[in-house]
Amino acid sequence: MNATADSYVTEDGRTIGGVLMDMRNITLRFGGVEAIKNISFDIREGEIRAIIGPNGAGKSSMLNVISGFYNPQEGEVFFRGERRPQMKPYQVARMGIARTFQNIALFEGMTVLDNIMTGRLNHMKAGLFRQAIWKGAAEREEIENRAHVERVIDFLEIQAIRKTPVGRLPYGLKKRVELARALAADPKLLLLDEPMAGMNVEEKEDMSRFILDVNDQFGTTIALIEHDMGVVMDLSDRVVVMDYGRKIGDGSPDEVRTNQEVIDAYLGVAHD
Amino acid sequence: MLYREAGDFKTSYAEDNQTFPIKFDRWRYWFVLAVAYLVIPFMINDYWANAIFVPFLIYAIAAIGLNILTGYCGQVSLGTGGFMAVGAYACYKLMTAFPEVNIIVHVILSGGITAAVGAAFGLPSLRIKGFYLAVATLAAQFFLVWLFNKVAWFYNYSASGQISAPERFVGGVAVTGPNTEAWAKYMICLVFVTICAIIARNLTRGTIGRTWMAIRDMDIAAEIIGVNPLKAKLLAFAVSSFFIGIAGALFFAVYLGAVEVGEAFGIQKSFLVLFMVIIGGLGSVFGSFAGAAFLVVLPVALKLIGVDLLGWPTDLVSHFQLVIIGALIMFFLIKEPHGLAQLWRLAKEKLRLWPFPY
Amino acid sequence: MSTDFLYLVEVLINGLMAGVMYSLVALGFVLIFKASGIFNYAQGVMALFAALTLAGVMEGQVPFAHLINAVFGTEIHHFGWHVPALLAILLTVGVMVIFAWAVQRFVFRHLVGQEPIILFMATIGLAYFLEGVGDLMWGSDIKTLALGLPQGGSRWIEDMTAGMGGDDFYGFFIDKLDMVATVVAIILVASLIAFSQYTKHGRAMRAVADDHQAALSVGISLNFIWILVWSLAGFVALVAGIMWGAKSGVQFSLSLIALKALPVLMLGGFTSIPGAIVGGLIIGVGEKLFEFSVGPLIGGATENWFAYVLALVVLVFRPQGLFGEKIIERV
Repeated sequence: MNATADSYVTEDGRTIGGVLMDMRNITLRFGGVEAIKNISFDIREGEIRAIIGPNGAGKSSMLNVISGFYNPQEGEVFFRGERRPQMKPYQVARMGIARTFQNIALFEGMTVLDNIMTGRLNHMKAGLFRQAIWKGAAEREEIENRAHVERVIDFLEIQAIRKTPVGRLPYGLKKRVELARALAADPKLLLLDEPMAGMNVEEKEDMSRFILDVNDQFGTTIALIEHDMGVVMDLSDRVVVMDYGRKIGDGSPDEVRTNQEVIDAYLGVAHD
Repeated sequence: MLYREAGDFKTSYAEDNQTFPIKFDRWRYWFVLAVAYLVIPFMINDYWANAIFVPFLIYAIAAIGLNILTGYCGQVSLGTGGFMAVGAYACYKLMTAFPEVNIIVHVILSGGITAAVGAAFGLPSLRIKGFYLAVATLAAQFFLVWLFNKVAWFYNYSASGQISAPERFVGGVAVTGPNTEAWAKYMICLVFVTICAIIARNLTRGTIGRTWMAIRDMDIAAEIIGVNPLKAKLLAFAVSSFFIGIAGALFFAVYLGAVEVGEAFGIQKSFLVLFMVIIGGLGSVFGSFAGAAFLVVLPVALKLIGVDLLGWPTDLVSHFQLVIIGALIMFFLIKEPHGLAQLWRLAKEKLRLWPFPY
Repeated sequence: MSTDFLYLVEVLINGLMAGVMYSLVALGFVLIFKASGIFNYAQGVMALFAALTLAGVMEGQVPFAHLINAVFGTEIHHFGWHVPALLAILLTVGVMVIFAWAVQRFVFRHLVGQEPIILFMATIGLAYFLEGVGDLMWGSDIKTLALGLPQGGSRWIEDMTAGMGGDDFYGFFIDKLDMVATVVAIILVASLIAFSQYTKHGRAMRAVADDHQAALSVGISLNFIWILVWSLAGFVALVAGIMWGAKSGVQFSLSLIALKALPVLMLGGFTSIPGAIVGGLIIGVGEKLFEFSVGPLIGGATENWFAYVLALVVLVFRPQGLFGEKIIERV
């Protein structure tokens, strides 16, 4: 796979590279129900890729396939040009795929700082004995990673709540902390499951800005699910549209907007 | 106005990460250590050592161990008594098989053996959760006690079925056996408790501790950030059992001297240590000390008040003790799941604002 | 028929009967767990407390006599009357209802919405508390329950079956009390099922077990249901306490039957009444058979741990127990 050959530059000057993740003919069944029916699409390096569709279209299932929670019955997943074998979620995380959840999944008993530090887990190598001694390797490593985490904290403007237990935070901030935890891992691919669900307009604007900034400054590839069509069309480079587990559209926001099948799905035309 | 937090600014992340970020706390910590090492050993007598200090220090180690598993990693275990028995019997076998090796080495090895046993019984934790796991750990408790009771090899085929600790020395001073002096018992336990507490603190402040807490708070989310749940839980079981094993070894060799397994390490012991952790505070090393101190002192104090002062019969006082402990457990779970440690923190916060609360 | 085989049959029958006794205790657990999600470790102590109360009331003991004597220097022990069994049982049921109310009012109302494991630990505290209270009220000496329940082995069955084996077979030894317990257990289960299926409160109970929110929204009082369920569990505890108390005297070790009920529940699943019965039978038979066949080879007394290890092994393969509903984890 040649990354430079098919790379291009967007209107706003970002470079979109070759294919980072390629989903080929994915089919996922729960018992007799087909949640995902033979879907293929790819995610290119550096782009913001959106997956949209009505409720129950299989978007979250798709994200769960990417992050290793579900193993599809058919189809193959290629990551950075190599076929990915069946993996547990933690192995997927170690390949550099981080995600957030639709219903926030933070560690409520820990402080914001500790929560974000957990994102650095896979970058910290000191073993049991070094940590038991602490002075030396473990402490040095902790401080290096703390510095990294502080950059993320600055970036997402949550300095003031560093030492607050997550359980006490309001919803909007929790979402931001969850994003911070995912970012702290330096992911190659960042999956966001409805990052703006339940937010008011100001919070949505903030979150949109963060997503764009992350993509712009760190060059992180992002795949997101979102209901708010306006936001999706503004943010994303390319959009996959799903309905009843099938892919009914794929392309730039403008292409998708004019796709008849997509319009039908969203306006609720009867299926035959 | 000694207790001041204001103006104590940190200029590096290392300073910010200290165990006692406030200067006053650091001073107090060194003060407590100095008293423990330089004053108490010269004042202690047999009564204070046997009634309060030695059991307190040993239970503190066990409580730290259980707190790592239950408070930090969220896996409730009712097998503490069984694991302490593993430590005790491992220590006994090592002491009698290799008399020339130093007892300190034996105690540490006993911890290691218990860690292996603990990890083995922790294996089901990947599939079994919550109180299912708590009940499953009872399997460890009952099986291990039965094993040490029935298999004569473990107690060297002694007629009584008991194990008793032979005399062993550290630097020429007897630390086990009938001729051990009070200060020697106290000192060896103190050294172990200090080291165990420091190790526990170091482990829980860094990556490993965060891994455990992540598993405790939400295991699915922990997996998504790259935590291998089986590895994390087994590590928690092993480290926890290591401490509990050391506590068991000291309990047998230094504190009691002679042990019958069902009596010393029965299910009641499991509950006692669990209660220490709950009362002291789940997820706090300091809380483990507080809980151990509280439940060691409580019966002594009750006996002092009830039997010696009021002249009540002993059994009446011991019934009261059950009522009080039970009520306290419920009280702490309702009002303050973080236990005495949290009460202490709240008191400090109040103190910080004193005398102007707003 | 060979003698060995007949002994095996005897072991099986006795195992089944022991299993019934385990099921009796496990039933109380299931009732409370279904309605409130509380895994009530105190169930065994409740049985002890109920039996103590029954014995105390029948003997006309003065509650808290020891305490009163210690505080006031008096020498009171008994009222000097004996209460007939039936009345005493009714009084004890009354005490268990008050207990149910108190537990709800002072403990679990304040723990609504807590994690199950916190609730579980709270019930361990409750067990200690109740044990202490029971001892304070009635004293900790061993008591006998003079309810006139049959004791000892059944001669009739022994004589009837003696001819089946060879010369060294003397017929099946079957405890009469175990037989009574079996009949009582069957009646108890049947009436519990009838109650939950055909009465208004029973339906409300099942609704609560299904979904707290939905039950609230159709006007069911959660508080009332929980008190009801705890009272029922108290009643079941009383029955278990009578049976176990008649068997081995009313004493502290009675509370340890809770520990025996735990593996029963793990096998049968926490939410299923039939599961509790079958789980109890499996454990009863299993541990007797294991002790009979493997026990002599490894030193005996395997009953102490066999049930746990069996439950542990089953759970590793079926985390929800044999009959429990499948646990589905959602992201």
